[in-house]
Amino acid sequence: MEYAVIFLPLLGTIIGYLSKYFGDLASQLLTTLTVCIAAILSIVIFYNGLVHDNYGNYIIFEWIRSGNFQINWAINIDPLSSIMLVVVTFVSALVHIYSIGYMSHDPFKPRFMSYLSLFTFAMLVLVVSDNFIQLFFGWEGVGLSSYLLIGFWYKKDSANKAAIKAFLVNRIGDFGLAIGIFLIFLYFGTLNYNEVFKQASNFSQNKINFLGLEANLITLICLFLFIGAMGKSAQFFLHTWLPDAMEGPTPVSALIHAATMVTAGVFLVVRCSPIFEYSQFALNVVTIIGMTTAFFAATVAIVQNDIKKIIAYSTCSQLGYMFFAAGVGAYNVAMFHLFTHAFFKALLFLGSGSVIHSMNDEQDIRNMGDLWKKMPFTWIAMIVGTLALTGFPFLSGFYSKDAIIEYAYLSQSNIGYIATAVGIITALLTAIYSWRLIFKTFHGRFNNKNISKSKIKESSLSITIPLGILILGSIFSGFLFKDLFIGKTNQEFWASSILILKNFDHSLIPLWILYITPVIVVSSIPLSYYLFLKKPKYLDEIILKNKKIYKFLLNKWYFDEFYDAIFVKQIQKLGSFFWKFGDQKTIDRYGPDGISQLIKTISYKVSKFQTGYLFDYAFVMLIGFSLLLTFLIIK
Amino acid sequence: MNFPILSSITFLPLIGAFFVFLSKSELNQVNKGAIYVSLFTSFANFFLVLFLWYSFDNTSSNFQFVEEAVWISGFIKFKFGIDGISILFILLTAFIIPICVISCVNSIKTRLKEFLIAILVLETFMIGVFCSLDLVIFYLFFEAGLIPMFLIIGIWGGPRRVYSAFKFFLFTLLGSVLMLIAIISIYWITGTTDVTEIYKIKIPAEFQNLLWLAFFSSFAVKMPMWPVHTWLPDAHVEAPTAGSVILAAILLKMAGYGFLRFSVGMFPLASEYFTPLVFTLSVIAIIYTSLVALMQDDMKKLIAYSSVAHMGYVTLGIFTFNKQGIEGGIIQMFSHGLISAALFLCVGVLYDRAHSRLINNYGGVVNILPKYSFILMIFVLGTLGLPGTSGFVGEFLVLVGAFKVNFLVAILASIGVVLAAAYILWLYKRVIFGKLENNQIKEMKDLNKSEMGVLVSIGILVIFFGFYPEPLFNTVNVSVDNLINNYNMEINKLSVLK
Repeated sequence: MEYAVIFLPLLGTIIGYLSKYFGDLASQLLTTLTVCIAAILSIVIFYNGLVHDNYGNYIIFEWIRSGNFQINWAINIDPLSSIMLVVVTFVSALVHIYSIGYMSHDPFKPRFMSYLSLFTFAMLVLVVSDNFIQLFFGWEGVGLSSYLLIGFWYKKDSANKAAIKAFLVNRIGDFGLAIGIFLIFLYFGTLNYNEVFKQASNFSQNKINFLGLEANLITLICLFLFIGAMGKSAQFFLHTWLPDAMEGPTPVSALIHAATMVTAGVFLVVRCSPIFEYSQFALNVVTIIGMTTAFFAATVAIVQNDIKKIIAYSTCSQLGYMFFAAGVGAYNVAMFHLFTHAFFKALLFLGSGSVIHSMNDEQDIRNMGDLWKKMPFTWIAMIVGTLALTGFPFLSGFYSKDAIIEYAYLSQSNIGYIATAVGIITALLTAIYSWRLIFKTFHGRFNNKNISKSKIKESSLSITIPLGILILGSIFSGFLFKDLFIGKTNQEFWASSILILKNFDHSLIPLWILYITPVIVVSSIPLSYYLFLKKPKYLDEIILKNKKIYKFLLNKWYFDEFYDAIFVKQIQKLGSFFWKFGDQKTIDRYGPDGISQLIKTISYKVSKFQTGYLFDYAFVMLIGFSLLLTFLIIK
Repeated sequence: MNFPILSSITFLPLIGAFFVFLSKSELNQVNKGAIYVSLFTSFANFFLVLFLWYSFDNTSSNFQFVEEAVWISGFIKFKFGIDGISILFILLTAFIIPICVISCVNSIKTRLKEFLIAILVLETFMIGVFCSLDLVIFYLFFEAGLIPMFLIIGIWGGPRRVYSAFKFFLFTLLGSVLMLIAIISIYWITGTTDVTEIYKIKIPAEFQNLLWLAFFSSFAVKMPMWPVHTWLPDAHVEAPTAGSVILAAILLKMAGYGFLRFSVGMFPLASEYFTPLVFTLSVIAIIYTSLVALMQDDMKKLIAYSSVAHMGYVTLGIFTFNKQGIEGGIIQMFSHGLISAALFLCVGVLYDRAHSRLINNYGGVVNILPKYSFILMIFVLGTLGLPGTSGFVGEFLVLVGAFKVNFLVAILASIGVVLAAAYILWLYKRVIFGKLENNQIKEMKDLNKSEMGVLVSIGILVIFFGFYPEPLFNTVNVSVDNLINNYNMEINKLSVLK
């Protein structure tokens, strides 16, 4: 069964590629079917693990064996990986179904499905790995499928650029991850999770000399692993690829850039909790980066106009929440938010996809408005998604996000308190940008000149069914699973995959921390309604007064421009310099070309002596003779 | 020692070449007979080599299938023999040559018969290099390989072929002369040119450094290492497709093989002494040439520069003197042999159709050549070292090995992995994706059967060895252990003396 879950999507990939033998529709249905079966099986696996404690490690075959560097292909089922299995296959199955409708006008449907399945396969390989190298395989594999899917509409230059950018920024992260892996192998002598984690505590005080710096080994390893996580999860400094990745088709954004792939970084940190727990410094870095991202992305999301980019920044911001939850040591809470987030963020993306689809690929929310009567189901879906995202009481996001803020406070450190404050402020920002999106898209005046309002209609069944399922998930997943993830018995459940050294004492929590977020969230609805719908003039005034800040936010804190000037341009210059100056003007000029030129010149000069006139030779002889004579006389 | 299988695989292509030579042909006419003979010979040789691999005992570190004959009594012996390292290169050679034969039938329009002869003769020389256990014999094969390659570039090359051919020749000859002197001195020091004897006698420490440098000058040029790499882009650009394939896939590997067999094997002390030099040059090669590759506008040049960068990993890996580094280096060579060969074939496919190697002349190729674009993607991924392709296994192990020795070197070398992704994906984007503007491309046909067969078979191997490189590791395992043990013994002896 475990094998089937992993390899069914691969089968789907192949079916997608062989579509000419099946026909478009059949191959679409077949790929969808394989992933749906995988989803059902993974729920069974999850259930078996939960109820019958049926976990295990299955080795498929040996991959690399070079001295003590020994790596297997393996399927490791434990609580953490079984949850990820469910999230990945479940969302993937829904996205597959959704894509049948969404991509109905595209000429390359099977290729699209094939890439989606390939992604699912790579992601599954990532989560079920029992060692760092297989993780790295999945890690780069999802990067590849993300690259392929972002650039799916290859005729668009912007899509190609975004695809390459995503791959390269991720590669920078992977570079960090690889160095972390090298360090682990060098000191631990193995890359198998269990063996590494067993030894971690022995190394907690080890200091090593790293490039002239005295550093704690565990801290160093964690920081490098975290660079990898930052790349994949689009955290501050390495986040620039995620908004651009929205060039890809919307189902891709829902699956890869919201629910699954981008959470791989969080997964990595949680998976490596037995290492991270021994380095407070690294955990602090994780917290700081996490909260910075949460805040930064939320501020940018407020002013963006592209419906997908808003949700993309929102994803970035929510990932930040997960990271600072992990950073304060509440790995299970991070996983809980990852779990609920998968539902409501996939819902938001798929809902926005439904809007975009009906509006003939219009993505600018300024060109929408008053769609709620035309697309009632999508409207409901988006409302539920927004409520869940903002943490409206008793929806899924409420349980997980409040838990994060609560645990951050309970960690009883200065950084934890700052994280609490940032978490609360960000929750407010989240509510504002989310409701802005809803009001601008579904209410107010209809603002589009290219498409008449009467032509807009609700999307087809294959789009609305996944939305319906996700609505249920967004409403109930928090309530139903809160006991399992963060309830009283959570430690029993997590025992074999997460290590938490800290003790969180829940009696210490002041009541106001528990109430403040829901209050803010609920009260932000009328506030946003007032700002974005009732009195937009007032909003314009604010913008006019703070033009600089507005510009700064609109341009995403100028990260792209900064990186372009600092890295991209300079690297290109350096490349040209090495080529033109290094290779051509130095090595070749003084090397082969220079030498051959020199020989030519010398032989040309020497050949001038051979004039053929007798008197020339006689003159040379005379000079030679007199020189010889002089020499003899002086001697 | 019954059947002289090593001599057979070495000289079978030569015999084939002789028959091709006998076949009648007009100057510019395609001669079916010549094609069939060369196909038959190269495939027969490939199967012989497969059989050799099958009967090879990978639990023994001794040289196997040894053949010995006196050539000049008391001086040069004709001695052949292989271990786990050499057999991989022989395998690679025997696999690449039939591919070259198939591809040149498509793309070479003039003097096809002579071209086939050149390729077959080249195969003899290359396999000879990997089989030789006598320095003089090795030197003969090593240098003789220059001649057919020189002709291939000089006769069938592009517009600047003469310049490139001479540049290629001069560069490689320069190093070789020093190697010849070193070989003669080794004879004077040890009284033999038999490699296995020299391993036993051991060259005194005081001579090692100079001799090492002499060998190094030859191998560094061939590899090629920075800064003696500038002949390679020129040679590749001008060479016909099959020439580029052989150059990248096999000729470069002779240097890596030379480092392992001779530099590390015969001069362990000097190898250890010069490690910083090799590391420095390797790291420069990786970063410098990757950056240069980024800015190329000629596809072949870009791939050539990326070859230099990839060979940087090989030298880096070999001189870590640990298991992961050396095995990584060997796997990297093998995998680069497959991937670079395929990349040059892919460029050849476009060049045959549109007669341009400039990246700017392409764009939107995927619309016209979907199969081609898909297969090219596999090799692009191999180049950037994506896990699941053979490129990853070698590169990653080299970095693991390097990390054990020196953090800084390993980290700098890892930057190359990011750069590789940049230049190769950018190349792919500019050629394959984007808008279709060039009318010439619109009339192009997708891969024909022979191109498809060749590229798919390489692609399958790249992926197969990416997921299951076990056969490669099994083959080299014991030999590499042996190499490292000998090296460590020598180093330890020296430190005891001190």
